[in-house]
Amino acid sequence: MTRRGAAPQRGGWPTSARSRAGAARHGARNAATALAFAAAIAAASAPAAGEAAPADAGKPIVVASKNFNEGYILAELLAQLLETGGFAVERRFGLGGTLVCYEALLAGEVDVYPEYTGTLARAILKREDSPSAQALNAAVAPSGLELLGAFGYNNTYVLATTRPVAREHGLATVSDLVPARQLRVTVSHEFLERGDGWPGLARAYGFDWAPSGIEHGLAYQALADGAIDVTDAYSTDGELLRYNLVMLRDDKGFFPEYLAAPLVRADLPAAAKERLRRLAGTLTEANMQALNAAVLFEDANFASAAAQHLRSLGIESEGRGIGFWGVLGRNTLRHLELTAVALLPAVVIGVGVSILVFRVAWLSRALIYGAGLLQTIPSIALLAFMIPLFGIGAAPAIVALFLYSLLPIARNTVTALVTVDPVLLRVAKAMGLTRWQELRHVLLPLAAPSVLAGARTAAVISIGTATLAAFIGAGGLGDPIVTGLALNNHALILQGAVPAALLAIAAEFAFEGVERALTPQHLRVART
Amino acid sequence: MSEHCARFRDVGKRFDDLWVLRDVSLELPARHTSAIVGESGCGKTTLLQLANGVLRPDAGAIDVLGGPVPTTDVETFRRRIGYAVQGAGLFPHLTVRANVTLLARLEGWPAERIAERFEELLDEMGLAAGLADQYPIQLSGGQQQRAGLCRALMLKPDMLLLDEPFSALDPISRVELCEQFASAQRQEGVSALLVTHDMREAAQLADYLVILGEGGVLQAGATTEVIAKPHPGYVERLLNTQLGDLR
Repeated sequence: MTRRGAAPQRGGWPTSARSRAGAARHGARNAATALAFAAAIAAASAPAAGEAAPADAGKPIVVASKNFNEGYILAELLAQLLETGGFAVERRFGLGGTLVCYEALLAGEVDVYPEYTGTLARAILKREDSPSAQALNAAVAPSGLELLGAFGYNNTYVLATTRPVAREHGLATVSDLVPARQLRVTVSHEFLERGDGWPGLARAYGFDWAPSGIEHGLAYQALADGAIDVTDAYSTDGELLRYNLVMLRDDKGFFPEYLAAPLVRADLPAAAKERLRRLAGTLTEANMQALNAAVLFEDANFASAAAQHLRSLGIESEGRGIGFWGVLGRNTLRHLELTAVALLPAVVIGVGVSILVFRVAWLSRALIYGAGLLQTIPSIALLAFMIPLFGIGAAPAIVALFLYSLLPIARNTVTALVTVDPVLLRVAKAMGLTRWQELRHVLLPLAAPSVLAGARTAAVISIGTATLAAFIGAGGLGDPIVTGLALNNHALILQGAVPAALLAIAAEFAFEGVERALTPQHLRVART
Repeated sequence: MSEHCARFRDVGKRFDDLWVLRDVSLELPARHTSAIVGESGCGKTTLLQLANGVLRPDAGAIDVLGGPVPTTDVETFRRRIGYAVQGAGLFPHLTVRANVTLLARLEGWPAERIAERFEELLDEMGLAAGLADQYPIQLSGGQQQRAGLCRALMLKPDMLLLDEPFSALDPISRVELCEQFASAQRQEGVSALLVTHDMREAAQLADYLVILGEGGVLQAGATTEVIAKPHPGYVERLLNTQLGDLR
């Protein structure tokens, strides 16, 4: 649950998330936690914590989002609003969490992303109270940031019930629940434990009984089936609309505010900020529920949902012109680019370093162990480690993929070089080949099949790992996968996973072709 | 060229504390084949590797091809000395042609000259022209060995170092190949230094015999002379057991 910041994490990632909309936020939070360590390092390191770097005029405005449904829709709204206003926009959607977005904004790699006031206060500024928008703005101003006017709705916790139950028991506010002890109030496990959940709520309203817990993914269905009467929800969940539920008003104002608003760099051109302000106050909770539901349960995508809202404000937006094949082509090209740009230097450096060290046994071992150590770092963590060093986007992803590719290449190269028949080396020396000629005409050609096999392994690993790079804004075929995870949309996941798998197979064939061209058959590495 | 292709004076070589060769003094005749015979581990191969500077002596001095073994630009020196080993040591990724002509190409010989010399050698060593573009793995052991000898001879070297090149062959190909080599050696007028443990092979090919044993030279001299008057003891026993019927 990204917007609420660094709550303790529960459950695996990302499939055990708790509901469709909830899945988005929980999945996002889990990824965010994976990245939080790196982001924390970034926060502690000098430039990020201080003044933000100035934005470069003439470059497109970079719009980012976290990886859950509502975040995508809001970011798409911002992006289309800017585009229709004549600004060039670059989308960096689906970043792995609050801290990644915030650090990227500080570093100037992102110009704007939708944030929630409550998250800004608690997760980023570490405040316990609920500061006003003015106070928040004053707090982020020294970092060169600005919180623009809120979209209008408050995406906070609510207690929800069905219409028949509300009618029967006369429920309109949370206070109405106090006398209705016979109702089956069943809330999510997390809500049961959080300070801003049931314990605080019970103190504020004087509930002297404890509700039972339920997996949130089941709660909406349980309400619909009449198995439970009241549960907790987020106020913009699309399910509230889908199941036609009633939200009980927080009449004592217990739940903190989570007002969504564009968080921008203060040095964004004034005209762009002015443009973004046009969205202030245009979204109610009902609007947002409808937009969320349209994407989750109907045929809409983020772009069309955003375009629909803009049209209601009298702003004509095409809702993005690129169709399925266009997106697929763009993602595939990007994916290839990430992999190739990482793989080529990995081959050059992996082989080069192997050549330098293979004659010295302990150096060779050090190289293999070092590269092996890199390989043991989980890919999502390695990606996260790159953020403080290289920011977000393609650069850190490429560096991470490069490091991953080193092991198979270096190991295969060193092994091949040290296992060349010593008789051949004796002959090469005795016949008068120089060191370089021996390398060029004997060692390297003999090692080539093994080096190629290593590069092939590295390519396939990279193509797979590059799908995770979408979490740090690198794009590629991971984009639809991350979005699909956020939406629990299997079709979307497959739009990334299938081409990625095909790409891996294509890479296999390509390397086989190269091997055929370069190596006589009897020297090729045996297929397994 | 001088009368000798190689001259060893009081040469010693040790690995760590173990002296493999001691007090070796030899004068090997130019343009003839000399055979170094002895049991495994007696230092035969070491002697060969001292001759082309792959190993350096720990005592004494070695002159090869009219001067001391150089310490700089040793590659140029080695290219005047062909080298062939047991099993041929052909580079598996190169065809017969590419193996044989590798050094000539590195030396920048013109293509016609390379082709001409290559065909001449195939002919001399009795290797079918059809095998030129085969890989070593497609050749029989005898064919590989012939190709290896062609490679050693490619640059028209002044001297050949042969480390048991005929040892791994079946008896028939071996006899055939020895004859072929002997004729090629005469035709090329090249000095040859053949290391072998096979007295028969040595007697067939060499004009000069060096019997190594116990870390030094047991007897050296013209082949006919050594066979006629072997030193009593090891040399005599060696000749009796291996050459009984020939003597």
